[in-house]
Amino acid sequence: MELTTVWFALIAVLWIGYFTLEGFDFGVGMLLPVLAKDETERRVMINTIGPVWDGNEVWLLVAGGATFAAFPEWYATLFSGFYLPLLLILLALIVRGVAFEYRAKGHYPQWRSRWDAAIVIGSFIPSLLWGVAFANILRGVPIDAAKEYTGGFFNLLNPYALIGGVTTLMLFLTHGAIYIALKTDGPIRVRARALAVRLGLGAAVVAVVFLLWTQLMTGNVGSAVFFVLAAVSLLAGLFAVLKAREGWGFIGTFVCIALAVAGLFIALFPDVMPSSTAAAFNLTTSNASSTHYTLTVMTIVAVIMTPIVLAYQAWTYWVFRQRITVQHIPQERLEAPVG
Amino acid sequence: MDPLDLARWQFGIITVYHFLFVPITIGLSAIVAGYETAWVRTQNPQWLKLTKFFGKLFLINFALGVVTGIVQEFQFGMNWSAYSRFVGDIFGAPLAVEGLLAFFLESTFLGLWIFGWDRLSPKLHCATIWLTHLGTLFSAYFILAANSWMQHPVGYTYNPRTGRAELNDFFAVLLNKVQLVTFPHVVLSAYLTGGAFVVGVSLWSMMRNEGAVRETFRRSVRVGASVLLIAGIGVAISGDVSGKIMTEVQPMKMAAAEGLYTTQTKAPFSILTVGSLNGERHHAIIEVPGLLSFLGTGSFNGEIKGIDDLRAEYKTTYGSDPGQAYYSPGNYTPTIWATYWSFRLMIGLGLLCAAAAIAILYVTRKGRAPTNKWWGRLAILVPLLPVAANSFGWLFTELGRQPWAVFGVMTTANGVSPSVGAGLVATSLITFTLLYAVLAVIEVKLLLKAIKAGLPDEPPPPSDDVDDADRPLAFAY
Repeated sequence: MELTTVWFALIAVLWIGYFTLEGFDFGVGMLLPVLAKDETERRVMINTIGPVWDGNEVWLLVAGGATFAAFPEWYATLFSGFYLPLLLILLALIVRGVAFEYRAKGHYPQWRSRWDAAIVIGSFIPSLLWGVAFANILRGVPIDAAKEYTGGFFNLLNPYALIGGVTTLMLFLTHGAIYIALKTDGPIRVRARALAVRLGLGAAVVAVVFLLWTQLMTGNVGSAVFFVLAAVSLLAGLFAVLKAREGWGFIGTFVCIALAVAGLFIALFPDVMPSSTAAAFNLTTSNASSTHYTLTVMTIVAVIMTPIVLAYQAWTYWVFRQRITVQHIPQERLEAPVG
Repeated sequence: MDPLDLARWQFGIITVYHFLFVPITIGLSAIVAGYETAWVRTQNPQWLKLTKFFGKLFLINFALGVVTGIVQEFQFGMNWSAYSRFVGDIFGAPLAVEGLLAFFLESTFLGLWIFGWDRLSPKLHCATIWLTHLGTLFSAYFILAANSWMQHPVGYTYNPRTGRAELNDFFAVLLNKVQLVTFPHVVLSAYLTGGAFVVGVSLWSMMRNEGAVRETFRRSVRVGASVLLIAGIGVAISGDVSGKIMTEVQPMKMAAAEGLYTTQTKAPFSILTVGSLNGERHHAIIEVPGLLSFLGTGSFNGEIKGIDDLRAEYKTTYGSDPGQAYYSPGNYTPTIWATYWSFRLMIGLGLLCAAAAIAILYVTRKGRAPTNKWWGRLAILVPLLPVAANSFGWLFTELGRQPWAVFGVMTTANGVSPSVGAGLVATSLITFTLLYAVLAVIEVKLLLKAIKAGLPDEPPPPSDDVDDADRPLAFAY
């Protein structure tokens, strides 16, 4: 296999890592006002992702860095072209990250509720916009002979892309609800389970529309297989949740997201960013890539480092495997708001 | 303003802002790790209290360093797409390796450290903060390798067919001579900054407390001041070596550091000047003869090339050779007032900080704790000195390289995204600046609150009537 193909696959793996992992912490963030009935339950929810959300977000940084290194033209066109959505995502990730860390450091209800809003909005915007961005990559955007994006912001808002956005949004909400059911106990666990099934059925409907549309637009046999398997794992996961088997349910949404993203990359290959202006201007794995030497160096580093990273990240999840309940939250006294 | 100016302002603002937090993260993680190690080895609870107290401050600072770091990685593609296309084959690799090697390590083990107090054995828990610190060092290494390549491009060839610079020796990039001196210089400045942070906070807290708490903070003052002083000596030595390498690879930067227009042996170094630095009216008030020559060459009689001569030289080298498409002939002089003053402020503030450390070590010797309120004021000043010095250091390094983005290869003007209009860049510049300003205010308030709260109480002994699995978390958000 050519190294450019290997790196296309590795970048797909990095995005799969990002969406399957940060997907559930986005979901937890968005469901904060829905699933938690009081401050202690909100803290239960936040603490289920407390030790891991930052490590999950690093998958995005590595995906970005690897795209820069392996496909500089793709990185340059994508990031300068999708400027405004990326700006919104960055702003969202900034306030969200700060919110997790700073929320508990103030003891006024107002302080807490403001950071809660930051967590909800900061989780919602990327959940929606990553789907919009990926759908636009698949659909093709105006790119000229110099590999520059020539569209505007509103080129990115088309029905197909919006359905893509709603798909990631709904999948992450479902994934997050199941994660809460898996990682908590007591009433919140029961509520999370019930909500997960309802969200999951909604997610299944939009996901099928989006994946079918993708398949008809740019799919191939490989992507069709992945999309069907993704849908099956989502339904299997929801069935498991219905039977109160949260572990299997979580595996279901995890595998569903992984297979769906893999299918999208298979549908995209060998393009990395097709041009809607002219097929001759498509960015592909060969015309957007780095040199063979750079890809070789990067392959060596990735082959050595990826298993190590996976091992210690998995160990973290093992260390924090315990379910969190309201009695695990240390007592604190909230002060009345001033003024 | 055109997109280029806006993109440059944005890069400057968000990078300087990001680097306010980074050195504290690097330096303070080492000192917190040192305190926890002291606790694990001696079981003296004062070290545990210091670990938790500074650990909390560390996390408040770390959060902003992390979230502002995400922007750093994305903005090359957003605002500098032409640069990214041209150098991605070389510049992308260290960034990707930084993510894979450093960011995962840092974030994962910091998560374990924050939440792992009751999940890991004391030794293992202590190991997680050391691994976090190791992650910060890896991160520094790879991002500085990328920057050093921009200062002194090595290990690449220009490929006229693809119109870009292409990597041919990764180890040459990692072992670039500029990198080999920049890495120790930056990391030692980070230790200096971490030390100064600990000195400031501990000195201020020491003066507000009595008894055992005062003694704990007195020890912490001395730890911080020792780190500051030792790192400060290292910063001076590495800075000196760095100056000589810079004179060799980027003589214009050294000339611009002094505003030296004509080539000179025994070139003087002025500490203060009045008037414009445009080469006509240049009144040095205090001047040390031969010092610039010494800084640049190691000999007081060494020759330092002047700006005018270098400009003529660069015009011959770069102005008339169209072979390498990506540079444009132009004015090869950086903004002299900016390089002149940032160079002096970097050195001056660093030296001032080291002097303060000596004084503080002296007044806290053998159990002494000063009570004069001026020491309390100094405590507030000390952490700010290296933070400012770090910023001026980067301003000098980056502004002194202008008009180049990659020295001798690509100008900054040629690196900007051609497809991104001024409106978009202005939008992101304004939103980032406003958001960063708000976050800075919140961060300072939280730091002050945590500092005023003082050392944590000793945790109550675990009661036997609660099952282990039901016990509240040792740390929770």
